[in-house]
Amino acid sequence: MNRIGKLLFLSILSNLMLYGCVSAQDENKSPALPAPAKMLGNIAVYDEFDNIEPIFHQQSDTTYVINFWATWCKPCVEELPYFEQLYEALKGQKVKIILLSLDFPRQLESKLVPFVQENRLKSEVIALTDGQFSVWIDKISPEWTGAIPVTMIYNAQKRHFYGEQFASYEDLEKLVKAFL
Amino acid sequence: MKKVLGIVALMALAVAIWVAAVDVNNTPDMPGLKVGDTAPDFKLKNVDGKMVSLKDYNDAKGYIVIFTCNTCPVAKAYENRIIELHNKTAPKGYPVVAIQPNDPSVQPGDSFEAMQARAKAESYPFAYLFDDGQKIYPQYGASRTPEVYLLDKNLKLRYTGAIDDNQNSSAVTVNYVEKAIAAIEAGKEPDPSLVKAVGCGIKAKKNY
Repeated sequence: MNRIGKLLFLSILSNLMLYGCVSAQDENKSPALPAPAKMLGNIAVYDEFDNIEPIFHQQSDTTYVINFWATWCKPCVEELPYFEQLYEALKGQKVKIILLSLDFPRQLESKLVPFVQENRLKSEVIALTDGQFSVWIDKISPEWTGAIPVTMIYNAQKRHFYGEQFASYEDLEKLVKAFL
Repeated sequence: MKKVLGIVALMALAVAIWVAAVDVNNTPDMPGLKVGDTAPDFKLKNVDGKMVSLKDYNDAKGYIVIFTCNTCPVAKAYENRIIELHNKTAPKGYPVVAIQPNDPSVQPGDSFEAMQARAKAESYPFAYLFDDGQKIYPQYGASRTPEVYLLDKNLKLRYTGAIDDNQNSSAVTVNYVEKAIAAIEAGKEPDPSLVKAVGCGIKAKKNY
């Protein structure tokens, strides 16, 4: 076997081994996170990215749909109903939708909490007030420029970073259903 | 003689291949400028009605090109810091050149008239230019407001990204732009030369 062939064989083998390890891990659907900095009603507020990082690395049969948004971000607010619609449409399936708010710390109580209440959001809302974006943006995806909204969809097998606003509910649903 | 011609032809071929290869390497995965690239100059309308280009700044040692706007809450949170930055660095030869990239048909609060009103109300000490037709921001590869492109006097991109390390002005520990300028002045490469931050996506006409 030539060298390239050997390399190819080795990389396939190691991929298989990696995959084997991943699927052998125990299933853990609801991410166990460290205690939040505080709770505002149902909204867990985290002030350090490290404490919510596990929600991006769950190894279970659940598909996670994590949307970065803020009440100040118009295109984010425009696409939020799609996530709520998805929540209803995929009820009973192994999908977890998390709306991860990047609202300004000083506007959590004046903007975020009333917004969540007025719109009766059913999806889980978490707030992250760690303003040190440069430290963690690339950990979500090197493709992310920093503009919001963006959405991370993943499960134990694959992940997809969607770096813009969804044009329609159908676009979101199609993308998520490909994971189920 | 034939041999010499042959060698010349081979060399020409080699150069052609090399140029082609370089060309391919220069095609970035993501559009826009990378640190080390030369930024394009532009000619955009300032809020005072005059057209402004970078080459109009006679004594500049560099330029702090910032894509920002009236409407983005993050840009607003940085407004005072951008004014302070200019007041601090312009006397050293590094003026802020602000460019508003949003399409007013999508974001009416960013119309040229609204820009004029904002610049007047807040006494902007720097040029606040309108990227009319959205021709310039894609050339820079800007994606959000606010976003900085620090150019040296040869228009070479030396630093890009965030102004500082925290949206919340009271929690800032590093001003990346000032740090990068200090590095350029000391003849060094800015480190970091790219810092990402969350901002508002630039509003372009929707194609759907």
